Amino acid sequence: MTTIKILGTGCAKCKSTYNNVLKAIEESGAQANVIKVEDITEIMTYNVMSTPALVVDEVIKIKGRVPDVSEIKALLG
Amino acid sequence: MFDWIHYFADWLIYGVFQLSEESKLGTSLNFFVYDTLKILILLFVIVFIMGIVNAYFPVERLRDYLQRKKLYGLEYFFASLFGSITPFCSCSSVPLFIGFVQGGIPLGVTLSFLITSPLVNQIAIAMFLGIFGLKATLIYATSGILLGTFGGWFLGKLKLEHLLTDWVKEIIANKANAASFEEEKRTLVERLPEITREAWGIVRGVLLYVIIGIGIGAAMYGYVPEDFFEQHLSKDKWWSVPLAVVLAVPMYANVAAIVPVIQVFVAKGIPLGTAIAFMMATVGLSIPEGTLLKKVMSFKLLMIFFATITVFIIISGYLFNLIL
Repeated sequence: MTTIKILGTGCAKCKSTYNNVLKAIEESGAQANVIKVEDITEIMTYNVMSTPALVVDEVIKIKGRVPDVSEIKALLG
Repeated sequence: MFDWIHYFADWLIYGVFQLSEESKLGTSLNFFVYDTLKILILLFVIVFIMGIVNAYFPVERLRDYLQRKKLYGLEYFFASLFGSITPFCSCSSVPLFIGFVQGGIPLGVTLSFLITSPLVNQIAIAMFLGIFGLKATLIYATSGILLGTFGGWFLGKLKLEHLLTDWVKEIIANKANAASFEEEKRTLVERLPEITREAWGIVRGVLLYVIIGIGIGAAMYGYVPEDFFEQHLSKDKWWSVPLAVVLAVPMYANVAAIVPVIQVFVAKGIPLGTAIAFMMATVGLSIPEGTLLKKVMSFKLLMIFFATITVFIIISGYLFNLIL
C-alpha cells in the first residue's frame, strides 16, 4: 500500500493539499495510507524548505505548492 | 492602460444602476469598482510574473547560491533580495530558516532573508502599484530590501547563535547532512498551466481581503474628517513615526487589506513615510509570526529580533518623511 505524507505546519495551503489528496484517493480508488506531518522537526528530516510538500513512499514529489486532484492521481499511478 | 476600467465602472454604476454622478454613493461605488478591478488585474499579472521568476529561482537554488558563492559582505543584500522574490507564506518561515542554517548560511544572512520575505512580496507590490503608483512602490521595495540587508547585518554582528533553541543548534552542528536540491526537469512552457493556476489561486485567496480593504477604505474616506490625522500625526511631531510603528507591531493584517486603508490615512493627512512605516510594521512583524519563530529562537533572541526591526522601521519612517 502506498503511503502519502503531507508535510506542513498546518497552514491553509497544507489543508487544501490534504483535502485534494483525499479526493484523489477517493476518485481513483487507490489504496493509500495518508499521514499529515505537522511536527516541524519531523518535516525538517525531509529537507524541504517550502511547505506544503507531498511525500509518496518516502520520496518528495511536490513542494511549495498545492497540487490539484488530477496531478495527485497521476502520482498515485 | 486602465482607461477601459473607468468606462466600465461609469457604465455599470451610472448606466446600469442609474446612480447619479453627483451622489456620494454613486462616486464611492464607482471608485470601489474601479479600484477593485484594477488591483485584481495587477495582482494577477504580478503574481504570474513572479511565478515565472520563481520557476527559475526556487528557494533551494537561492540557498545553494548563497552557500557556494563568496560574496564579500554582499550576501546580506542578496539574501534580502531573494527574500523579496520568494513568495511569502508565514507557515514556511520556520522550514526556510532551518533550511538556511542547515546549509551553513550564517544566522545574520538568514535573518536578512527572513526580514524581507514578508515585507516585500508580490501581493504587497501589486497593491502598492495599484494604489500609490510606481514611484512609491519602488521606494517601498528598495527600502524593504535595504532594511532586510542592514537588519540582518546588524543582527549578525551581535553573534546571537547561542540564543537559538537547542534542536536548531544541533542541526547547525551536523550541517553536513543538508542535501542539495534536484533540478526541475520540465520546461517553462510545460509548467505554464501550473503557474497560471497558482497565480489564479493566490489572487482568489486574497480576493476577499482586497474587497474588504477597499470597502473599509471607501467607507472611511467619506466619514473621516479631512484633516483629522493632520492634527494628530503630522510630520512635525517627532513621536508620530514611533507611535505608528509601535501600534502596528502586535497588529496582524493581510497586506491586501491594509494598503487601501493606508491610502485613506495618506489622503487624510498622514505623511506617506509614516504610513509606509506603519504598513511595514504591520506586515513585517506580528504576534503570529513571533509564535512561529519561537520554535527556532529563544525568547531573548525573539525580543532582540523584534526590537531591532522595530527600530530600523522607525528610522526608515523618518528617512521617508525627509525625502518624500
